[in-house]
Amino acid sequence: MNAGSLLGLVAQRIALGLVLLLAASALIFAGTQILPGDVAQSILGQSATPQALANLRAELGLDQPALTRYFSWLAGALQGDLGNALSNGQDIATSMSHRLGNTLFLAGTAAIIAVPLALILGLVSVRYQGRWPDKVISGVTLATVSVPEFMLGYIAMFLLAVQFQVFPSVSTIYDGMSLGEQLQAIALPALVMVLVVLGHMMRMTRAAILNVMQSAYIETAELKGLRRFTIISRHALPNAIAPIVNVVMLNLAYLVVGVVVVEVVFVYPGMGQYLVDHVSKRDVPVVQACGLVFAAVYIGMNMIADIVALLANPRLRHPK
Amino acid sequence: MTRIPISALLGLLFTAAFFLAAILAPWLSPYGMAEVVGDVWEPMSPTHWLGTDSIGRDLLSRMIWGGRVTIFVAVCATLIAFLTGVVLGFLAAVAGGWVDQALSRLVDLMMSIPALIFALVILSVMPTTLPILIMVMGLIESTRVFRLSRAVAIDIEVMDYVEAARLRGEGNLWIITREILPNALSPLVAEAGLRFIFMVLFISTLSFLGLGVQPPLADWGGIVKENKDGIVYGIPAALLPAVAIATLAISVNLVADWILNRTSSLKGGRG
Repeated sequence: MNAGSLLGLVAQRIALGLVLLLAASALIFAGTQILPGDVAQSILGQSATPQALANLRAELGLDQPALTRYFSWLAGALQGDLGNALSNGQDIATSMSHRLGNTLFLAGTAAIIAVPLALILGLVSVRYQGRWPDKVISGVTLATVSVPEFMLGYIAMFLLAVQFQVFPSVSTIYDGMSLGEQLQAIALPALVMVLVVLGHMMRMTRAAILNVMQSAYIETAELKGLRRFTIISRHALPNAIAPIVNVVMLNLAYLVVGVVVVEVVFVYPGMGQYLVDHVSKRDVPVVQACGLVFAAVYIGMNMIADIVALLANPRLRHPK
Repeated sequence: MTRIPISALLGLLFTAAFFLAAILAPWLSPYGMAEVVGDVWEPMSPTHWLGTDSIGRDLLSRMIWGGRVTIFVAVCATLIAFLTGVVLGFLAAVAGGWVDQALSRLVDLMMSIPALIFALVILSVMPTTLPILIMVMGLIESTRVFRLSRAVAIDIEVMDYVEAARLRGEGNLWIITREILPNALSPLVAEAGLRFIFMVLFISTLSFLGLGVQPPLADWGGIVKENKDGIVYGIPAALLPAVAIATLAISVNLVADWILNRTSSLKGGRG
């Protein structure tokens, strides 16, 4: 294998990711500009005084052309300066960094639980394909993907926080809490997010392994008299790893979106709560900044998924 | 077509029931949508089958009217997503070249931002009225439909009968409407079912966040938002829409699964 060409492909994929991010930033900016009407008017509403409108226009820099504003916004964002919030005038980057940490803590905890669990459940349901464990796992995961995140959140809250009082219903988290206390506080939202992504990951794991199970070398392994679980874990799983990793990364990317809703349900001080609060306040600079950060994480995850697939599957290195 | 499996039959039955309830809401619901008829959070009783909500409105009536709004928005948004997605997807497949490149890269770009985040960014400056919600949701989801219809159309476009049509001098419009569309219909119909469910979840999520359907109009996500404070006191009113959404989602999924299976077994695996 030529290491140089592999490195080149990876570098190419990273460059593509950066271009995509740049274009996404333009799209987010454009999404808040190309409107039938005036941004200042729609922020302040119909009853705004002309003076207030003029002030807001000047603050948003609306007297300058859109392209100039985009590039100054982008240049600021690249240096970590995301501007000030309209609603309270605070620096966005400062108030965001803390919340981003909280969100990553929550999403990370969910990912650490969900990924191994999905793989194990996938393996079990292939082992007992068509029998009751497979059917139970499929049924439960189908049910969890059919219910929106916030509903799962309230069902979990109703059962575990109100009826049985195992976990707190509101995830307050602050500096100076020990790790144990923090984990206790985020138990319910983490559980909900695990349920949200588990179904899809487990189903795709099952499908990917079943796909490989039809190969000739699996038949050979069966004829050799290997135990069925050994066949699945030693022969089928390694060959199904590329599609599985891909699905895992896509679901981790999805966690970043699902977190928006789950944070609102459990009043968790993270990025999602921040974004939703400021959408209803029509605080455009904060919304743009949050959109950019979410898009960056999402694009980054997808990029990693592609790179891992490239590394795991030699066939992809030689496009026909 | 001779035998419909039990699961698909159940799915059809429940889906039909939901749509009928939505259409017949004014006659079915025992009370008005915004009518205060009792105390706050009354339990289930013969007068209020599902109890009352956070300000004393009849919950069953709210659920029926809410279903009407939810299903109406989801159907309209799905239609917009399919009209744009399928037309552009087929066009990209048939025209090829720079048209295909431009459309596909634009869709890649739009899909690189998560749908919910993109919707929130746009809704932060747009007034949240029903037509705007439907347009925003429809256009964002049309990217997914575009991908599917382009992929399906490219498969069909290389068939002999399409080449035959080209050789006898038919234009792109004929190829799209008379050759590709009839053969692509089954996977598209199944996809429409899944997209519809996704739209139901999408509008419920937006309404729950307070950025979708605005009060006094009800929809399932809004009912959760209004009654969520009851959860802490052990009042399950906010969980009812969960039951409705899950039942609808599973029923439509069962029907879509059946359509997909039926077509793939008839046509040798194209799905």
